Amino acid sequence: MVWVNAIVQGVLTGGLYALFACGLSLMFGVMKVVNLAHGDLAVVACYIAIGIIAATHVPVLWSFVIVVPVMGVLGYVLQRTIIQSALDRGVLTTLIVTFGLSVVIENGLLEFFTANTRGIGTGLSLVTSSFSLGSQIQIAYLAVVIFAVAVVVLLGLQYFLSASKYGRLIRAVADDKEAAQLAGADYRHVFGIAAAIAFGTVALAGVAYGMSAQVDPTAGTDTILLFAFAAVVIGGLGSLWGTLLGGVVLGVAQQIGAQINISDEILAGYLVFLAVLVLRPQGLTTRRAQS
Amino acid sequence: MSLAMETTARSSGQFRVTRSRRNVAWTGAGAVIVVVVLALFPFIFYSGTTTILVQAFIVLTLSSMWNLLAGYAGLVSVGQQAFVGLGAYFVLILALHGTSPFAALPVAAIGCGVAALPLWWLVSRLRSGYFAIATWVLASAIMLVIERFSSLGSGTGLPLPGLAGLSPSLLSAYTYWAGLAVTVVALAAMYLLLRGRLGLVLTAIRDDEVAARSSGARVGLARLLVFVVAGAGCGAAGAVLAISQLQVQPTAVFSVQWTAEMAFATIIGGLGTIEGPIIGTAVFILLQQTLASYNAWYLIVLGLVAIVVALFARRGLWGLVDARLHVRLFPVGYWLRLGEDADRARRTRRRRTSAFPA
Amino acid sequence: MTTSAAGDRPGDAAPLLEVSDLVVHHGQLQALEAISLQVFPGEVYAIIGANGAGKSTLLRTIAGLHQPTTGSVRLDGTDVTSLRPEHRARQGIVMVPEGRRLFGSLSVEENLKVGATYGRPGPWTIDRVQEMFGWMRDRRSQRAGQLSGGEQQAVAIGRALVANPRVLLLDELSLGLAPVVVQRIYGMLPQILATGLTVLLVEQDVSQALRVASRIHCLLEGRTTLEGRPDSVTAAQVEAAYFGLAAAGAGQRGERSEA
Repeated sequence: MVWVNAIVQGVLTGGLYALFACGLSLMFGVMKVVNLAHGDLAVVACYIAIGIIAATHVPVLWSFVIVVPVMGVLGYVLQRTIIQSALDRGVLTTLIVTFGLSVVIENGLLEFFTANTRGIGTGLSLVTSSFSLGSQIQIAYLAVVIFAVAVVVLLGLQYFLSASKYGRLIRAVADDKEAAQLAGADYRHVFGIAAAIAFGTVALAGVAYGMSAQVDPTAGTDTILLFAFAAVVIGGLGSLWGTLLGGVVLGVAQQIGAQINISDEILAGYLVFLAVLVLRPQGLTTRRAQS
Repeated sequence: MSLAMETTARSSGQFRVTRSRRNVAWTGAGAVIVVVVLALFPFIFYSGTTTILVQAFIVLTLSSMWNLLAGYAGLVSVGQQAFVGLGAYFVLILALHGTSPFAALPVAAIGCGVAALPLWWLVSRLRSGYFAIATWVLASAIMLVIERFSSLGSGTGLPLPGLAGLSPSLLSAYTYWAGLAVTVVALAAMYLLLRGRLGLVLTAIRDDEVAARSSGARVGLARLLVFVVAGAGCGAAGAVLAISQLQVQPTAVFSVQWTAEMAFATIIGGLGTIEGPIIGTAVFILLQQTLASYNAWYLIVLGLVAIVVALFARRGLWGLVDARLHVRLFPVGYWLRLGEDADRARRTRRRRTSAFPA
Repeated sequence: MTTSAAGDRPGDAAPLLEVSDLVVHHGQLQALEAISLQVFPGEVYAIIGANGAGKSTLLRTIAGLHQPTTGSVRLDGTDVTSLRPEHRARQGIVMVPEGRRLFGSLSVEENLKVGATYGRPGPWTIDRVQEMFGWMRDRRSQRAGQLSGGEQQAVAIGRALVANPRVLLLDELSLGLAPVVVQRIYGMLPQILATGLTVLLVEQDVSQALRVASRIHCLLEGRTTLEGRPDSVTAAQVEAAYFGLAAAGAGQRGERSEA
């Protein structure tokens, strides 16, 4: 039963990982950008939320309403300016610029907020309490809510991509941006929209994370980026549901690792990630191998 | 007439391909003098100065290795801290078994070079972004594995044994010379490698990988060699780090901050040039010393400058100098001279294509 | 070596598309040397030439994917040379690129929808395109990447048509397609022209070009070697212009003016 509990916890955590990962997946799928600052953006969103709540005393849940759009706009602006410039100069430059952003953001946060961990205290009993299934499975309400939110967001994103005008444009530009230009689409604008969505979703994930755990400036890379990327790789690029699957596999692997040895939780996740990279680099859901 | 037509219109007898050899003799002499002068520093300066220089040596070695990886082989690794850590731990392990840390240094370097082989096997098929993150994951995983060993101090690390018998000034002098030696060997090795076949192959890959493969260049082997050399170099730097810190702590030696420092220094100085890391390291040390009391600021400034340089001055500070003066301290290129009188009139220089393949 | 046959300009109508002294470089290499041409409304203007002559480069420059070193491109009198390709498309210069370049992961219908997103109002709708290519309506949900070469070419043309262009650029339609498929596709040209479009095409198959074009323009190594109506140039002239060989016969070759 202990193992079942581990699996259940892992599945629920996988929802959060998928929420972190979908923006990374989108940016990579559409623009071929591996945004090394992706995780740090979640932490920034979390700190912004903390700041807003502290300054304006709005109800905690309102922080989502403010932070997510703000980060979305930031994403559009950053994409149209810095990231597009880097893209125009090549893959190497893009990696270096996003890595630079990651370091600047983390150290900036360290300077202004110190290395102390913080969380978003909600004061809601929802956040801190849990319910039991049987004698050995303890499920936190918050974890279930986050998983549900992740599924809803992924559903929404899936619908947006498949049925809306901009969703179509995003997919078209991802396939062939020059052909999209010939069809009258400004791909830089479309990239901006994709980045806005990526930043928005990772902000959502960051604030949710801040409610369930303590965050510190280095969490962006220590916990979020590598896990998000692992979820994308394990699940397979190009499929949002693959990202959910990847997140779940990662979460479960981590929990099983923790059962074996409490300090092996993170390592277990990395080992699964490396195994997938070596044995099936296209991920679990993609049929064709990445060339 | 287009360039292609022009060059094919002339007979091949009118071509000469020469090494850009003009200043090698001067550079060689200059380098020897610089090294000798540097070696005398412990006799001239207090250990405060030499300690800063040891830091500079570490960063310079790391930057040169990162430059080799990213600027020449096109491999952006965000996980070189794995080798820094491994180098430090190699020294620690050997010291725990009685070896002098200084004697352990070359062993650590070789050990890291060997360790690079299985790691390359794991990541070699990955492209750019995937490769970068995979190296990062590897570094984190290696750190987690090492932290499992209580004999190595687990999460808190251990002090480095074997140096207690030395007086402080002697220790600092030996550390300094070790750092100097590692840097000289690293730079010399890089220069010789790039001047030879490997340099040609790497530039060919940088320009057009498919063409390079089809003309027989062993692309995979070239990249493997670079990865191994970079691993050994970073390992050697890690060994010097362990000696200079007198302790080995996992979070310190495996910190991604090392990659940040070596990457930024290289980019600011000039990616894809051998002179670049030297300038970049100088900038780095300057910033670090100036902003020392402001904690993380030097990294913030360094990062911002690196971003600006990467976007607007792609060949870094050295690139700016080079563009004006056409100076090469470490010449590894070739000149294509069209006909005898063209020497004076028109020089078609082999185009140094960008270090950032689109 | 420019040969212009007499009486080959269609009257005094203003050109819809005008290219003036276009010089295009690929890095250091010069691809096009001072090319000029005019396309009049309702024409089918064909650019022919051997591989590497610069045909596709010319078309891509007109579409905006490549910036000329000097020279200009004018649409209906307006200079569009500095416009990005997407803005030229919205103005009415729409290209069907070489190799089809469909959005492989999108369905046939979605490809057409993307084409129509920034299109101008006009007679061409998605329905009309699907009607013209009979099979398209039934297969509209199929992934474009799974279609055959000829079907992809049809969808690519349809994608351009639904934008209701003023000038339709066709780059190497016949490439990689079976002759009977090529015939069928070129057979649609009259229907397309009937709605008021003008066509500028690049074609490697000279006889195919001569069959459909109202005027042809031959390029050789980036220079214009022949220009005129198909019925006013001889096969020998075309061959000479295409291959750049010295042509037999008097009065057929003029000295090229110094560039």
